[in-house]
Amino acid sequence: MTTTTIPPSPKAPLHRPVSPSVWMKQNLFSTWYNSLLTVIFGVLIASVIVALIRYLVSIDTEIIRVNLKLYMTGRFPAEQLWRLWAGVFVTTAGVGLFARAIVRTAQMKATTAGLEFDRSTPWDIVRRFWPIGALVVFTLSFTQTITPSLLTLAAAAIGLAAYWLGGGLPAWIIRRSWLIPLVGTTAFYFVLVGYGGVGWDLWQGFFVNIVITIAGISLAFPLGIMLALGRRSSLPVVRYLSVTYIEILRGVPMITLLLFGAFALGFVIPGDVQFSLFLRLLVAITLFQSAYIAEVVRGGLQSVPRGQVEAGQSIGLSPWKTTRYIVLPQALRNMIPALVGQFISLYKDTTLVFIVGLLDLLRAAQVSTAQPEFFAQGLESVVLPFVALYFWAGSYVMSRESRRLERKLGVGVR
Amino acid sequence: MTGTEISTGTRSPLWRNVRVIRVALQVMAVVVVFGAIWILGTNLRDELIAKNLPTGFDFLNQPTGVTIADSSFKPSSPVWAALIAGMKNTFALTIVGIPLVTILGTLIGVARLSTNWLVAKAAAVYVETIRNIPPLLIILFVFNVVILPLPAPNDPATPLDWFVISNLKIVGPGFTSSPGAGILLIIVILALVAAVIVGRWRTRYSDQTGEHHHRMLWGLGVFAAIVLVGYVVTGRPVAFSLPVLEGRVITGGFGGLGSYFAVLAALVIYTASHVAEIIRGSILAVPRGQTEAANAIALTGFQRLRFVILPQAFRFALPPMINQYLNFTKNTSLAIAIGFAEITLVTFQLIGNGFPAPQLILLLMGAYLLFTLTISLIANVINRRLQLVTNR
Repeated sequence: MTTTTIPPSPKAPLHRPVSPSVWMKQNLFSTWYNSLLTVIFGVLIASVIVALIRYLVSIDTEIIRVNLKLYMTGRFPAEQLWRLWAGVFVTTAGVGLFARAIVRTAQMKATTAGLEFDRSTPWDIVRRFWPIGALVVFTLSFTQTITPSLLTLAAAAIGLAAYWLGGGLPAWIIRRSWLIPLVGTTAFYFVLVGYGGVGWDLWQGFFVNIVITIAGISLAFPLGIMLALGRRSSLPVVRYLSVTYIEILRGVPMITLLLFGAFALGFVIPGDVQFSLFLRLLVAITLFQSAYIAEVVRGGLQSVPRGQVEAGQSIGLSPWKTTRYIVLPQALRNMIPALVGQFISLYKDTTLVFIVGLLDLLRAAQVSTAQPEFFAQGLESVVLPFVALYFWAGSYVMSRESRRLERKLGVGVR
Repeated sequence: MTGTEISTGTRSPLWRNVRVIRVALQVMAVVVVFGAIWILGTNLRDELIAKNLPTGFDFLNQPTGVTIADSSFKPSSPVWAALIAGMKNTFALTIVGIPLVTILGTLIGVARLSTNWLVAKAAAVYVETIRNIPPLLIILFVFNVVILPLPAPNDPATPLDWFVISNLKIVGPGFTSSPGAGILLIIVILALVAAVIVGRWRTRYSDQTGEHHHRMLWGLGVFAAIVLVGYVVTGRPVAFSLPVLEGRVITGGFGGLGSYFAVLAALVIYTASHVAEIIRGSILAVPRGQTEAANAIALTGFQRLRFVILPQAFRFALPPMINQYLNFTKNTSLAIAIGFAEITLVTFQLIGNGFPAPQLILLLMGAYLLFTLTISLIANVINRRLQLVTNR
């Protein structure tokens, strides 16, 4: 009988601190070609940074200061701007309430499942959404009066207050949290348009990019679900019609649809009914997006195990009820990341309305460089990166959020 | 009549009979869809007639009044010729762009996984920056900030005397051809086929004897020999040519419009950031054991990548890559913003010249479907072959 004594394992720290020289040896100069790469890339990156600093020092941002209102809201009547600010207030209030509702839902689910609920700290929120906050501050730095900054602070305060008040919402509203965006959107619309307000013909600038993105996805969603269900239908005629629609629209660029909306939609609408350019483009974008959403929904539907449908049938649910109560809830949860991806892609693609002449952010930037006092001075190198920041910040935050959701929902790792 | 009650039963009413419901639903779908199409089509015809526009496609033979830069197209040519010229330009963007996108995207995707911290970070910053910016914005930026500040066409830059660069046109060294060139082209294609056959033979030879195949060397040798002989026999039909500037006219050389390069560069930069993510994901999807196995048989880093990781990664990557190729093709339509005359801009101009928009847009969509369906057809064939070879 031999007894082997197992030495007590020394508790190694998870991250052993590494001295800078060792770190550099491991990560930058491990082999001769890695050293060469480090040198080449070092020089390249250094020159890019130098060029960037030179550029930032040399540029004159006068054009942005003068045109900030044009960029953000286009030719929105100045005396009606208060409506837009009221709209911003409604939005932050809605976002605050909705965020609290989501948190409370997650909390309730965690409690019923007997799990620890890990609440995000304010610091987490800052880390996740800093590009948007930075962008707001950056935008405000170009304003000429203090009023917009104060109003923004007020909007933020309203959002926080709404979040706090959301703690007192009755449970039946929390269970139907989709009510909040619905009521919010309606309120937003009435604040802007009601009682002699500004109709959507004059919604322009960055504002219209946001409106088109949200409206496009929301309107395309029901159509997309129908198309996806149609594509998976057991009725051949319905299936072929859906597939034809989806595949044709996915095979053409969005511009062709915008051209259709701008120049051809008027021909197929009967008689003297006249729609504004905004509305026609929105119809075209909705038709186009629905094909992509249909594919997203189809992916979600396919992720629901077949056994779920069979379980629904075995308890005697009708096909429609199986879809509505068994399949769709699970599918919708699984398709959120892909849906966010589609949202980002439409957000970037809203710049295309530029081509058919709607005054969006990009068009406004282009217009501003043609103004007499800024004409032909190469100011595109100033305004285009400025515009890019808006799309970058939004897309970057959303894509990180979608990856986070993907990890959390465990999509693809079941 | 007591025992048969269950089998005959009471027939379910018509509206609860599954077969009847199925047929009825499908008939309803057909009626709704085609009814809507018919109503909209009638509207369309009435509106076209009311606006004095042609209802058919006869206008395709009328002269356009449109000019297309850098092509032999004249305003007096018919509409269909303009559309063809536009498709050629779209094709020129796609055929050059797709290989470039693949190469650049793969390089960046691999760089993101580099053990070199600096390289990996640089690639990550590139990807995270570029793919979150609208492609249209990148096109406008490249055109306005890089191409337009180039020298004016009447006083272009001529670096090394090999290039003639202006903001209108960029021309570099190229070839001039004389009549025998067609035959030489056929010989080159035959040489390629011969090289492939020789390469296959060397592979088989290596499999049987265990000796090194040297198939690249053999293949290139055969190719070079055949092309060289063909070149001399056909009377040297192709000559190297440098662009020469005579006044404002550039003769010789090979190049394109400044706007062409702007669109090409911008879309390659943009799409490569998406391709890089696909490549990275696919490399990560290759099981870790494969890397360890490659290390166990002492392959070098490059060999591991070339013979073990990338061949497997490309199999994962191909389906999403097809999607990116299709996106690239569709995004060439953004060239309309800077006035490069691909099919969308041509259509836009034709609509502006009073030709009927509905028919033209229908043709435009058809043209893009032709492109995208062709690409997905080719890519799917390749995909199927790749997967078949490896499915065990």
